[in-house]
Amino acid sequence: MRLSDQLRVAGIGIRARRLRAALSALGIAIGTAAIVAVLGLSASSQAGLLKEIDQLGTNLLTANTGQSFTGGPAQLPVAAPQRISHLPDVEHVAHAGAIDNTNVYRSPLIPVVDTNALKVRAASLNLPDVVGTGVAQGRWLNPATERQPVTVLGALAAQRLGIDRVYPGQRIWLKNQWFYVTGILKPATLSADIDTSALIGYPAAERYLSYTTVDKGKAVAGPPTTVYVRARTDKVESVQGVLARTANPEAPGDVDVSQPSDALTARAAAKGAFNSLFLGLGLVALIVGAVGVANIMIISVLERRSEIGLRRALGATRGQIRTQFLSEAVMLALLGGVAGVAAGALTTAIYANTKGWAVVIPAEAWAGGIGAAIVIGAIAGLLPALRAARLSPTEALRTL
Amino acid sequence: MSENVIELEQVTKTYGTQPPVHALRGVSFTVRSGELVAIVGPSGSGKSTLLHILGTLDRPSGGTVRIDGQDVATLTDRRLAALRARSIGFVFQQFHLSEHATVLENVADGLLYGGARPAERRERAAEALVRVGLEDRAGFRPGQLSGGQRQRVAIARALVGRPAIVLADEPTGNLDSRTGAAIIELLHELNADGATILMITHDGGLAARLPRRLQVLDGQIVADSAARTTEDV
Repeated sequence: MRLSDQLRVAGIGIRARRLRAALSALGIAIGTAAIVAVLGLSASSQAGLLKEIDQLGTNLLTANTGQSFTGGPAQLPVAAPQRISHLPDVEHVAHAGAIDNTNVYRSPLIPVVDTNALKVRAASLNLPDVVGTGVAQGRWLNPATERQPVTVLGALAAQRLGIDRVYPGQRIWLKNQWFYVTGILKPATLSADIDTSALIGYPAAERYLSYTTVDKGKAVAGPPTTVYVRARTDKVESVQGVLARTANPEAPGDVDVSQPSDALTARAAAKGAFNSLFLGLGLVALIVGAVGVANIMIISVLERRSEIGLRRALGATRGQIRTQFLSEAVMLALLGGVAGVAAGALTTAIYANTKGWAVVIPAEAWAGGIGAAIVIGAIAGLLPALRAARLSPTEALRTL
Repeated sequence: MSENVIELEQVTKTYGTQPPVHALRGVSFTVRSGELVAIVGPSGSGKSTLLHILGTLDRPSGGTVRIDGQDVATLTDRRLAALRARSIGFVFQQFHLSEHATVLENVADGLLYGGARPAERRERAAEALVRVGLEDRAGFRPGQLSGGQRQRVAIARALVGRPAIVLADEPTGNLDSRTGAAIIELLHELNADGATILMITHDGGLAARLPRRLQVLDGQIVADSAARTTEDV
């Protein structure tokens, strides 16, 4: 018997009872759709995050104040940014100093404990460019305003202080004095610290907040607590290797060097781990679907006894009857699987579009979905097909 | 045209064990190619069992069955199926036509398990429909036809592979007498064209119009109008 004949004969039952076939394939469709959508959505969201990381650049390195060998607080030398900028493959260097025990309030009337977990940071003027963010509203600090009681808020800081718009004369209460707000930054994905900061210039920090340290016997503004370094993309690793030693030659161990994009990439990968619950639910739906298909096939074999008898009389072997019903079950499951993959892909596409992600449906999702449907159809169809084949022709031909 | 297409020797069939039902008790006869034979008997006489054994749908409990020269007892299920596909055509009282296929497709299904190519199957099905006078109904569904036309379709399906024998089980049982007579007429014509046909019926009047009659009663042949055939064996 030819394959085309086998396919046609296997489709007879499905074509004869379309609604029943559709309903029994539905369970498998739902299961496959769930699996494809879960895998597709997590892959698309990862792709979206990775693309964002890629746009921000993977060549940003940070050198942070770590802990000293004895466990006490460490300090970056004031000269660290300048020394790092002398490294051969470094393109840009910016730095910021977190000022301890300094909180920001909307006004003096806010209770002192409501700090909103915001920090005040002294920032070098090129900080937004190097970190990969920009000004959402207003203006960034300049050589004039960095000496004045003026601040630019990070995106989250502005939100938490309830400031959504910058207007002349707007100010915040910062360590018992008013600071004027001149701008709000866009979210800084690669450096979340900046989002929760009120940023001021180093000279202002020295003058109004007494943020000073001793360098070569003199009091200077500082120290920086984080140095942001843009390295040449192909030399990131070599720069990373020498960064700690360059930042603090006396105690390289006191410097924490990290690559923010690395942490984000790891986070993107970890996102997939939350999906196992939904995958499990999809599998349960698949199993329920398989039971539905098996059930329908058993009924179908009972109803079509005379057809089985006729086919045996026309010369069908037991094997051909078995193949017919087995392929009918597989075809039924395959229809469900294909519909499920389409529905899952559509869900992924719609959701990814609203989020602005690229639509990524991993091959293992759709191939696995269809493959699982075939296997499930074969398992569900096995018993009914064996029953159909075992039926004796004379018994099958006896009218009911 | 004289070789035996059916040879039965002391065929018995027993169902069950307690108490055993002896459906056939030593049946022997032969049918030559080109004969038109009626198997007559009341219900319960064993004629359906006989037809199933002749059609190789069932195996005998004892004795020898030779269909188209092949000893049925020695054949596997696969070889038996091939024998049915090639050498035996069936016509049933209930027609057993598929409502989900056209008349032409139903007839072509008679060749489905014989290994012919789809185009050849359709071509031969169209020829078979001409033989039963239904060439203008090829694209119809069986449900759109009358009972007599449906039985003609079933006969065309049985004939399409030009089998050595055609077994018809009460082919007129579901038809009124006029339509039934037309079907018998058709069987006569097909027999004149060379088809070997065995027809089971409980209608003695119909059987009387066929050249040879085998009378079955209580699992035995009690009369054979062509007694010479048994003498030849």
